[in-house]
Amino acid sequence: MSRIGLFITCVNDALYPQTPKAVVTVLERLGYEVDFPTAQTCCGQMHANSGYRDDAAKLARSFEEVFGGYEAVVTPSGSCAAMVRDQYPDLTGSDFGARVLELSEFLLDHAGVDDVGARFEHTVTYHPTCHGTRALGLGDKPLRLLRNVAGIELVDLPEADQCCGFGGTFALKNSEVSTAMLEDKCRHADRTGAEYLAAADNSCLTHIGGGISRSGGPRPIHYAEILAATA
Amino acid sequence: MSTAFPKAAKVALGMPQLRSNLAHATGTIRGKRAAVAAELDDWEQLRDAASAVKADVQRHLPELLETFERNAIEAGAKVHWARDGAEANRIAARITREAGADEVVKVKSMATQEIELNEHFEAEGLAAWETDLAELIVQLAEDRPSHILVPAIHYNRTEIRDIFKGRMKDAPADLTDDPAALAEAARRHLRRRFLSAKVAVSGANFAIAETGSLVVVESEGNGRMCLTMPETLISIVGVEKLLPSFDDLEVFMQLLPRSSTGERMNPYSSIWTGRAEGDGPKDVHIILLDNGRTDVLADEVGRQALSCIRCSACLNVCPVYERTGGHAYGHVYPGPIGAILAPQLEPGRHDDLPYASSLCGACYEVCPVKINIPEVLVHLRQTGPHGAGEKAAMGAAQAVMARPGLWRAALRAARFFSRPWRRRGYVRRLPFPGSKWTVSRDLGVPPKESFRDWWKEHER
Repeated sequence: MSRIGLFITCVNDALYPQTPKAVVTVLERLGYEVDFPTAQTCCGQMHANSGYRDDAAKLARSFEEVFGGYEAVVTPSGSCAAMVRDQYPDLTGSDFGARVLELSEFLLDHAGVDDVGARFEHTVTYHPTCHGTRALGLGDKPLRLLRNVAGIELVDLPEADQCCGFGGTFALKNSEVSTAMLEDKCRHADRTGAEYLAAADNSCLTHIGGGISRSGGPRPIHYAEILAATA
Repeated sequence: MSTAFPKAAKVALGMPQLRSNLAHATGTIRGKRAAVAAELDDWEQLRDAASAVKADVQRHLPELLETFERNAIEAGAKVHWARDGAEANRIAARITREAGADEVVKVKSMATQEIELNEHFEAEGLAAWETDLAELIVQLAEDRPSHILVPAIHYNRTEIRDIFKGRMKDAPADLTDDPAALAEAARRHLRRRFLSAKVAVSGANFAIAETGSLVVVESEGNGRMCLTMPETLISIVGVEKLLPSFDDLEVFMQLLPRSSTGERMNPYSSIWTGRAEGDGPKDVHIILLDNGRTDVLADEVGRQALSCIRCSACLNVCPVYERTGGHAYGHVYPGPIGAILAPQLEPGRHDDLPYASSLCGACYEVCPVKINIPEVLVHLRQTGPHGAGEKAAMGAAQAVMARPGLWRAALRAARFFSRPWRRRGYVRRLPFPGSKWTVSRDLGVPPKESFRDWWKEHER
């Protein structure tokens, strides 16, 4: 079995080491060999979606160099995977995106595993993040994995498909609108009474968690961390 | 860089009545649309077909326009070409005068809103009366439409009652806010206008090249009155409204009502081909309007905005539109479609609208003609202007991220300098521009041990 390249994303590199650790734990538990190329930085999404095409193209080319040697690259971010798949053809002219898989895509479609042997005895509500769900077409893949976690109690999030208002620099450029969207998301999350709010993107969770930190509600957690848990 | 949208949005967000009217109305239409779209097994195939027809029209627009013109003239219509709104308005005003009229009744039409026909007529001493109920409300209130399909979506029925009582001279003194009573008052008011009007102005939902026909779909029947009663009919039609053949209508007539009002069929569909002896208007004019459209056509990514059939499904699902309403966009086309259409139709203006989106993609998911709105938003951001400060910051970020050594050093620095906040676990207040974040959200603090440190140990 060839080694899997792990793309942890710049957000996790800076703020959330527990998420890529969880990805490594889950993949190794399933018998995969994981490699972390240390020259990785960012997929270029912030630049591309903020309108800086040339900057994004430079970062995209570096990304392809760093991960060029892997047949499969796994990332715990629907948004970054969608960036590589949707925008790299325009930025670098390559179809590199076919190799880059969000964790649940890798587990379900590539590895054919829907039960990763996890145990997590908590109530969890799941927010389907926009890029993962719509741009990447994850559907309910992360949720399918969560349903097979022993001891978990999943509760529905009201108006789950509504954007949390993050949108990268949108949160700064249209801070008031973003905040209005966030308030609704936090209210719905709190209403579930769940202990945890899980999602497939830590950037969205940074936003929702940043709101919940003030308003109260479930603790944000990347679903990979639930899949890694065994107690 | 304009900051008109964030400023206007802030004002709108501070109006609780507006937000509640909008959330209620968009939520209702959203649910209806989802239900009737789900009824069709071939919904996705219909979307693909519509998208393909529109792409084909964009590739063959010059030939199709000439075919349309030829067939419309043959059927007895007079065809005019207008480079921009001012030219279209001049032609329409001239035809109105030549018909011996000083007023027109209007079918609901986005093209005429786009070119501000009403304002132009008023300046020329002519009157243009809206007959669509919601457009009438907006006109009486001396306001502007805030939604493509539901122009008065920002009013609730009590506010509408007050507008009628205050500004519609023949409104009954005891008018209540009962929807039936409001509709009856408007009906009586409009009936007088229909009976006296000599000239009508309309737009068109579709123009069929093969036959030279125009199509208007509507709910109220007031459009049908305008299209059949007056002796002179002037239709102002954007050049992108063409469909090659009559058969193509079948696709769009399934998609449009379901996507717009959430109905399987719209109550009134009017199709006319030139002039018919003894039936309907004797003098039929068609003004083909460019107004920036051929320039949009030249942009290979942006041109898909011209596929829009003005259904408003994207407005109704947009989390931004739902909270700001249409006026914040500062253009006749608001919401996601406006955010990609306005900056293209009026280059150099509205350059902040492509940023009025979190790129959540809900618009693309419902668009009946599959306009990839997020793709065009990003494209317009990439081809539009940037502020100098932001440009420098983005360039610096890229320079760091393109160099793994520098990136690692930056991460180490962030961990070092954020130490004072680590115990608490979050930062509550940052200086500008970070304050734009911390105004409503806390920010996590970099961890003591990075993933990279852990990996080094793990690999051993």
